[in-house]
Amino acid sequence: MSADIVTQLVPDVVDARAMGRHLDRQDGVEKVTGAATYAVEHPVEGEVLHAWLVTSTTARGRVLRVDASDALDHPGVLRVLDHESAPRLADTEDRELTVLQDDRIAFRGQIVALVVATSSEAAREGALLVRVHQDEEPAEVVFDEHSATYAPEEVNAGAETDTEVGDPDAAFASAPVVIDATYVTPHEFNSPMEPHAATATWDGALLTLHDSTQAVHAVRTTLAPVLGLAPEQVRVLAPYVGGGFGSKGLPHAPEVAVALAALALPGRPVRLAVTRQQMFALTGYRTATRSRVRLGAEPDGTLLVVRHDASSQTSRIKEFAEQSATAARMMYAAPHRATTHRVAALDVPVPSWMRAPGEMPGMHAQEVALDELAVAAGIDPIDLRERNEPEVDPESGRPFNGRRLVECLRVGADRFGWSGRPAEARARAEGDWWVGTGVASATYPMLFSPGNTARIRSLGEGRYGVDVGAVDLGTGARTVLVQIAADALQVAPDCIDLAIGDTDLPFATVAGGSSGTSSWGSAIAAAAQQFRHDHGSSPDPGLHTTAASGAYADTEGHAMHSFGAVFAEARVHRWTGEVRVSRLHGVYSVGRVINPMTARSQLLGALTMGLSAALHEEGWRDPRTGHVVTQDLATYHVAAHADVRDLQAEWLEEEDHLATPMGSRGIGEIGIVGTSAAIANATFHATGVRVRSLPLTADHFLDA
Amino acid sequence: MKELTYHRATDAAEAVALVAADSDARFLGGGTNLVDHLKLGVARPGTLVDVSRLPLDAVEELPDGGLRIGAAVRNSDLAAHPVVRRGFPAVARALLAGASGQIRHQATTAGNLLQRTRCVYFQDVTTPCNKREPGSGCSALGGYGRYNAVLGASEACVATHPSDLAVALTALDAVAVVLGPDGERRIPLTELHRLPGHHPERDTVLDHGDLVTAVELPGSAVAPASTYAKARDRASYAFALVSVAAAVDLDGDVVRDVRLAWGGVAHRPWRAYVAEEALRGAVLTEETAREAAAAELAAATTTDQTAYKVAMVRNLTAHTLLRLAGGAR
Amino acid sequence: MDADIALIVDGERRAVTVDTRTTLLDALRERLGATQPKKGCDHGQCGSCTVLLDGRRHLTCLALAVAHDGAEIVTAGGLGGPGGPGSLGSPDGALHPVQQAFLDHDGFQCGYCTPGQVCSAVGVLDELRAGHPSLVTEDLAAEDPTGSDDEIRERMSGNLCRCGAYAGILAAVRQAGTQEARA
Ligand SMILES: Cc1cc2nc3c(=O)[nH]c(=O)nc-3n(C[C@H](O)[C@H](O)[C@H](O)COP(=O)(O)OP(=O)(O)OC[C@H]3O[C@@H](n4cnc5c(N)ncnc54)[C@H](O)[C@@H]3O)c2cc1C
Ligand code: SF4
Ligand code: FES
Ligand code: FES
Repeated sequence: MSADIVTQLVPDVVDARAMGRHLDRQDGVEKVTGAATYAVEHPVEGEVLHAWLVTSTTARGRVLRVDASDALDHPGVLRVLDHESAPRLADTEDRELTVLQDDRIAFRGQIVALVVATSSEAAREGALLVRVHQDEEPAEVVFDEHSATYAPEEVNAGAETDTEVGDPDAAFASAPVVIDATYVTPHEFNSPMEPHAATATWDGALLTLHDSTQAVHAVRTTLAPVLGLAPEQVRVLAPYVGGGFGSKGLPHAPEVAVALAALALPGRPVRLAVTRQQMFALTGYRTATRSRVRLGAEPDGTLLVVRHDASSQTSRIKEFAEQSATAARMMYAAPHRATTHRVAALDVPVPSWMRAPGEMPGMHAQEVALDELAVAAGIDPIDLRERNEPEVDPESGRPFNGRRLVECLRVGADRFGWSGRPAEARARAEGDWWVGTGVASATYPMLFSPGNTARIRSLGEGRYGVDVGAVDLGTGARTVLVQIAADALQVAPDCIDLAIGDTDLPFATVAGGSSGTSSWGSAIAAAAQQFRHDHGSSPDPGLHTTAASGAYADTEGHAMHSFGAVFAEARVHRWTGEVRVSRLHGVYSVGRVINPMTARSQLLGALTMGLSAALHEEGWRDPRTGHVVTQDLATYHVAAHADVRDLQAEWLEEEDHLATPMGSRGIGEIGIVGTSAAIANATFHATGVRVRSLPLTADHFLDA
Repeated sequence: MKELTYHRATDAAEAVALVAADSDARFLGGGTNLVDHLKLGVARPGTLVDVSRLPLDAVEELPDGGLRIGAAVRNSDLAAHPVVRRGFPAVARALLAGASGQIRHQATTAGNLLQRTRCVYFQDVTTPCNKREPGSGCSALGGYGRYNAVLGASEACVATHPSDLAVALTALDAVAVVLGPDGERRIPLTELHRLPGHHPERDTVLDHGDLVTAVELPGSAVAPASTYAKARDRASYAFALVSVAAAVDLDGDVVRDVRLAWGGVAHRPWRAYVAEEALRGAVLTEETAREAAAAELAAATTTDQTAYKVAMVRNLTAHTLLRLAGGAR
Repeated sequence: MDADIALIVDGERRAVTVDTRTTLLDALRERLGATQPKKGCDHGQCGSCTVLLDGRRHLTCLALAVAHDGAEIVTAGGLGGPGGPGSLGSPDGALHPVQQAFLDHDGFQCGYCTPGQVCSAVGVLDELRAGHPSLVTEDLAAEDPTGSDDEIRERMSGNLCRCGAYAGILAAVRQAGTQEARA
């Protein structure tokens, strides 16, 4: 059906019938029985080959020689590809994706060879037996306050690098209360439970890739030119994806590697599962950040000036500039304001998207700084935020699409039991624990990705096929898109047969930026409305319509954001300094919630990830080698079940028809924003110790 | 992983003979540490002799009120054993504080004691490590240090021993029963693990081919009033930053007898004799407990990254002793 | 070096040739096509590969297949449901109460850790019934630890979930435990 005529239209508002109600997760049974098949689990035709990556042990230098003789002698090893023997790529502009094309080593952990064998045991051993002679050059791998930085042309998500309003310097000089502190967040790793993995088969005309990705079409459009293939020669499938949180939003080097292996061994399916350890160098991460936040205020806490100077590191071979200071541009009212972003280019792996890039580290810094201001000014932290509520977007002057931050704070305070909180820190002990509470605001922009296309097919007897190349990495897309399609076609959800996760389906953008449901849903709405227009309400089987959604959201007229408030109760052990989060509650304003069950899981999951960042996560890069030594799940700790206690998420009832035809905005990321700040603020309230770096490990509170 | 010959031993003597005769052979218990190391390339044996199915899987009560624990008893079974729970709570708690429910079903008593350090460099064959490759250097010196030792370390190695169980057994005067090519011998737990010195590649005093067949816990007046406390980076499923196994016998508030051992501070479970000595006969208060721990820690050497351990183990020791005095187990 | 072994997988005896280096996990996934147990880390650090092995919850990534010749393995696919690749499922396709509880409480998102969580939960409920203590059991000597929330959280901690579905998992295990107690 590739010859479909695609109509582009801006969809009308979709009346909610299925939306807003419960619908069972459409793939629930497959998941609880283990029948859902992930990237290297699909049955494929022919005897499968196993690939294993060999990675560099120097941070910068050259590959002198790859000695594969021992590896090739090992039973079962078929091929070893290196920069000399691997098939040539057609486009090597993106250095991250330029795999095995030249002798340059740009970071420790870079792919320098690839072993293909008949079993995974042989492949693993083969990789160990490959000897890579490397010439080591001096490398720069340390990111700290001394790192040389530069101003990127723009920062992630296309945001401006620097902004300035009013006269911040003068405002600081005369501000009665000033907070000036630097907040540091560490390297954090997405670490989805399903490691990055793919199965690739090249039959001479078509490369089929079963990939673990958040964007099948983006993998195709990125890889095809790199491999020198036409987009139609690449088919990418991802029916199930074991999480991603941004790291699977774009293809990384391993996808190129497995494609090279498939091209080198035509007709043979090749499986590559990146090891957990290799993921720490090859599949993206959230860069460490440093945020100097300065706030100048009146004695009553009214902000006069806000300044956020953020820096982060990137890789020398590809720039990724974390947009940590962007939230400071719209969060609170202040006549004077400045934000800047700087990056240090180092000989390190390429950072990338991790859940709420920018907002997560940036709001951590800002919301802890605000807590410091509340303490300095002697004001309740909620009152302080309310006092600084802007009427319009402070930088652009545009009205908000409905900014309900204060309501989130007030409702949350009520539910959490904020009133009666002792103003002073270190005021409450229970048994062996100091107990404190903290709050932080959350925000996330409403993002919409243009270009999404959906197809509606009449299947007869009132049933409809709905095709869109979207991906469900656990978000519930497979379920909410059914609800959207049902309402857009004005039928019951069980009349919908949804197909996703395949580039043979109409074009869809990434499951990222909390834009998936908004963008794919708008396309489904457009296609459904056009279908009804074309074919009426009782269409013959076989009739179909394909349509793309034009930009619906009124982003010119409004500043579009979601908001939330996070409340934490932290306990700090008086003897060991260990921190527990006994309560964590979030209240959100996110537009219409299409499926309460899957939405709650998204918000709780993000709160959990925020808790994990607050207490545990730290990728420790060895300053001598550039190597993240905490490269597995026993040393890079993510929250375990026992770390998560009373966790609650709720939302304000609303529908936002400025944002999408469904009235929804997007919920995937906001739950991680502000969470670590609320917890850090709670540990301060518990102990009186202000920790300005993450994670909040026990050693910080030992002398408390 | 190198190609492997697998052999399931039918009795202990056969197992010892097989391994003793082949420098490339290793005993396989539950495999939770050894198979991990095979995959990482940290261990590259040619032959595995499986001792997990040997008839060494019983927990027997001894006439003196002690216990004889077979080497192949699974960690979960030992923790659930009624006599261990009642009579040796430090042992049960140490086991339950370790790893996860699944791993405890798989891991054996001997394997747990003989598991190797979790030092990140030891586990990464691309980095120098004297323990893995004698003479190659110690990457942890000047590297990632949060889990490093503060007592008894050497220039050659600053790693810590990861076992929780070993700490409890060390506190409670357990003895390892070892079958070697030359017959059986008994090694107190306090002497089983070594300090690194110039030979960090040797974790214990065992020789190649020495099979641990059992661990004996002597009956004792203090053991029923024992417990184990562990501080860590997450609430569960994490190795110790520091840990304390303690047992105390009080006469009013005077310490009649006490046992103390620490985990996470040294290359071996650290029996805190100095602290015990300071406490015996003393009135147990927060202050005396802290002072006793501090006396033991006088010899500590720390870095920026490990300095916290001194305060942490001192505090945790005092806390644990006071909790025991209050009746907690 | 190859070895011929047999495994009883979800009630079906399956002969398989493995390399002596093959883990139980890879034997199931790569040689028998039973992909219910997942590989999240391959080093015992996540719990995704959990199955019931001879009746107890057990990791499969740190076990060599040759060492488990003849073992009886139940994956999430063998507990109930219509059955997935390489598994029999339950005869009538009905879900196990633990699986149903995971659905009821949305105890998952991406589903990758889920088969391991489900098997682990079945094991946890068995262990509670057998009176096994956990680290948070206050009175170690007591023979009947309660299935309190803290007990469930601690006992389920060997199964990481990066989607952060712990709240739903807790509710699911609690529900399945209560049902069991009533039955
Ligand atoms: C993610 C993770 C977390 C963990 N957390 C903890 C923790 O918090 N606390 C803790 O204490 N442990 C922890 N462990 C370690 C675990 O407890 C050990 O791996 C386990 O106890 C080893 O037992 P095993 O029987 O599996 O040993 P194996 O892996 O089979 O063997 C270990 C070593 O002992 C040798 N060996 C085995 N049996 C004998 C014998 N009878 N005589 C002589 N030598 C023998 C083997 O040759 C090998 O060198 C964790 C492990 C993992 C993977
Ligand atoms: S501390 Fe010991 S185990 Fe760690 S790198 Fe140094 S020598 Fe190796
Ligand atoms: S795959 Fe076995 S524990 Fe992670
Ligand atoms: S459901 Fe995704 S990791 Fe648990």
